[in-house]
Amino acid sequence: MSFWTRHQVFEKNSIILIVGILLVIAIGGLVEITPLFYLKSTIEVVDGVRPYTPLELAGRNIYVREGCYLCHSQMIRPLRDEVERYGHFSLAAESMFDHPFQWGSKRTGPDLARVGAKYSDDWHVTHLTNPRAIVPQSVMPGYPFLGSTEVDPSTIADHMRTLRAVGVPYTDDQIANAAADMKAQADPDNAGSDAFTKRYAKAVVRNFDGKAGTPTEMDALIAYLQMLGTLVDFKLYNEKANLR
Amino acid sequence: MIFAFGGNVLLATSFYVVQKSCHVRLAGYLAPWFVVVGYNFFILIAGTGYLLGVTQGKEYAEPEWYSDLWLTIVWVVYLLVFLVTIIKRKEPHIFVANWFYLAMIVTIAVLHLGNNPSLPVSFFGSKSYIAWGGIQDAMFQWWYGHNAVGFFLTAGFLAIMYYFIPKRAERPVYSYRLSIVHFWALIFLYIWAGPHHLHYTALPDWTQTLGMTFSIMLWMPSWGGMINGLMTLSGAWDKLRTDPVLRMMVVSVAFYGMSTFEGPMMSIKVVNSLSHYTDWTIGHVHSGALGWVGFVSFGALYCLVPWAWNRKGLYSLKLVNWHFWIATLGIVLYISAMWVSGILQGLMWRAYTSLGFLEYSFIETVEAMHPFYIIRAAGGALFLIGALIMAYNLWMTVRVGEQEVQMPVALQPAE
Repeated sequence: MSFWTRHQVFEKNSIILIVGILLVIAIGGLVEITPLFYLKSTIEVVDGVRPYTPLELAGRNIYVREGCYLCHSQMIRPLRDEVERYGHFSLAAESMFDHPFQWGSKRTGPDLARVGAKYSDDWHVTHLTNPRAIVPQSVMPGYPFLGSTEVDPSTIADHMRTLRAVGVPYTDDQIANAAADMKAQADPDNAGSDAFTKRYAKAVVRNFDGKAGTPTEMDALIAYLQMLGTLVDFKLYNEKANLR
Repeated sequence: MIFAFGGNVLLATSFYVVQKSCHVRLAGYLAPWFVVVGYNFFILIAGTGYLLGVTQGKEYAEPEWYSDLWLTIVWVVYLLVFLVTIIKRKEPHIFVANWFYLAMIVTIAVLHLGNNPSLPVSFFGSKSYIAWGGIQDAMFQWWYGHNAVGFFLTAGFLAIMYYFIPKRAERPVYSYRLSIVHFWALIFLYIWAGPHHLHYTALPDWTQTLGMTFSIMLWMPSWGGMINGLMTLSGAWDKLRTDPVLRMMVVSVAFYGMSTFEGPMMSIKVVNSLSHYTDWTIGHVHSGALGWVGFVSFGALYCLVPWAWNRKGLYSLKLVNWHFWIATLGIVLYISAMWVSGILQGLMWRAYTSLGFLEYSFIETVEAMHPFYIIRAAGGALFLIGALIMAYNLWMTVRVGEQEVQMPVALQPAE
C-alpha cells in the first residue's frame, strides 16, 4: 500500500480527519507555550516590581478602554536607537502583573514603556486634553472628557480581587483599603497617604490633574503613565559587567 | 472587516461547498440559521463594544467575556452542522476544500478558547481580566493572532480556492498529492509562527528563534498551495482574457504568493528589527487581506450568486472588469504607500548624525508619514468603490436575472 492510498483513511473518515488535525496543530503550541510557565529563566526576578496601586489600575483600565495600545507600544527592544530614545530595554518582570499585556505592535506614537517621570503632570493634562497644544504636528486624538469624569472608588476592590484570582499578589490589607488608597494617592493632604505609601513601594502621591475633589479619570490615567517603567532602579545594576 | 466580511464569506461558501461536494443537504433544520444569525449577532455585540470602549485590550480578540461565550456556542454549532453534513455525505471521499474548512473551524475553536479565558469582575459588568499575564499572555495572544491569519484568513480561503477556481476554470485541481502535502504541512507549520510578532521583546530567545525558523519553513507549503491553485488553470489560461471573475481569483492567488513570501522574509529577526512597529507590517497585512482574501472572496461571490439564484450569469461582466481594475489599482496604491512609509520610518528611527546623536525626533517621523497616509486613504477608497460596484452588480443579478429566465416562458404561447 503506497503512502497516497494510506492517506485515504483521512479522506474517508471525518472523525479520524478531525483527530489528525487536532494532533498536528497541538504540537507547535505545546512546545512553544507550555515551557514559558515552568522555565525559571523566562521571567528573571527583579527588585522593585509590584502590582498596580488602585488608582494606577483604574488608569490602566482607561488606557485599555481607549485603545491606547493600538498606537503606543510598551516594549523597548534591545537595539541601540531604541535604548537611546526610550531608555533601558524592557524586562520580562516589568509586565509580569499585566492582565492583559500591553506590549503593542505598532508605533503610530512613541513607545510608552518608560514614559513615567519624563514629563510633568501638567504636561500630561494639557497633552491629553489637546495634544496639539503641546506638539503641533501630533495626530493623536484629544481626551478632554477625562478631566471631567470621576473614577468610581467603590468597585476597585472587586477588580483587585479578580486580579488576585488570576495570579496578581494583592494582599488582604491592600484589597481592604482599596477605595481609601485610591483617594489618598490623588490627594497629598489626605490622612491616609502615609499608610498608602507603605502598602505600595515607590508609589507617588500627587494631585495629578491639579483639581481638588474626587479623583478623575485624568488623575488615574496620569498616575498610571507616570509610574510606567519607573519601578526598577537600573542604577543598582552594573551593565558593564556583561561586556566581554 | 476580518470577522464581519471574512466570517460571513466563510460561512456562506462553506455551507455551499459542503452541500455540493457531499451531495446532501445541510444537517439540521434550524441549526444552520442559528449559526448565521448567531454569528452576526456576535459581530453586532462585538462591534458596538469597540465603540463603547468595551475591550479586553488584545488585538483581534477585543470582544469581552460575554461575546466570547456566545461565539463559543455559535462556533460549536457551526462545527456540528459542518461535521454532521460530512458524515451524511453520499461520496466516499471528503473533498479537499472540506479538509481546509474543517481545519479552520476546529483550529479557530482551539485558538479562541486558548486566548480568551478570563474572569469577569462582576456578572453584570462587561469588564474582565484575562487569566494569562505578561509574557505568557503575549505568547498566547500571538499564537492566536498569527493563526487567526493562518486558519481564518488562509485555510478557510484556501478552501474557497480549491473549490471555486477548478469549478470556474472547468479544470480539475492540478495535483491531488500536492494538496495532501500542502494541507498537512501548512496546518502543522503555521501554529509555530506566532513568536515572530515578538522579536527582540522580553519573550525568551529560544521561542523567538523557533518562531522565526518555522515562519521561514512556512514559505514552502504556502507556495505549494499557490502553485496548486495557479496550475489548475493549465489548459485554460485563455479564460483569463475573457473571464474577469477567474482573473480576479487568479490574481488573488498571486497576491497570496507575494504576501507569503514577504511574511517569512519579515520574520527574519534582522529584517524584523526594521519592519516591526512600522507601517511595513500594515502593508504586508493588506496585500494579504485586500489582495488575497478580498479578491478570492469577490471571485467566490461572483460565482456563488448566479449559482444560488439559478441565474444564467452575472448582470454585467463589464462591471466585474471595472471592479477588478479599480480595486487592483487601490491595492497597489495602498500597499506601496505602506511599504515606503514603513521602511522610511524604520530607517528614520535608527538614523544617527555624524556626531553620534539620533537624527530625528519621533514627531519628525510622524510628519514624514503624511503624504503616504493620503495615498493609503485614496487606495482604500478605490477598493471600497470596487466593492460597491460588486454589490450593485450582484443585486442586479438577483433582480434582473430573474426576468431573463422568465421571459422565454411567457413568450412561448405567442410563437
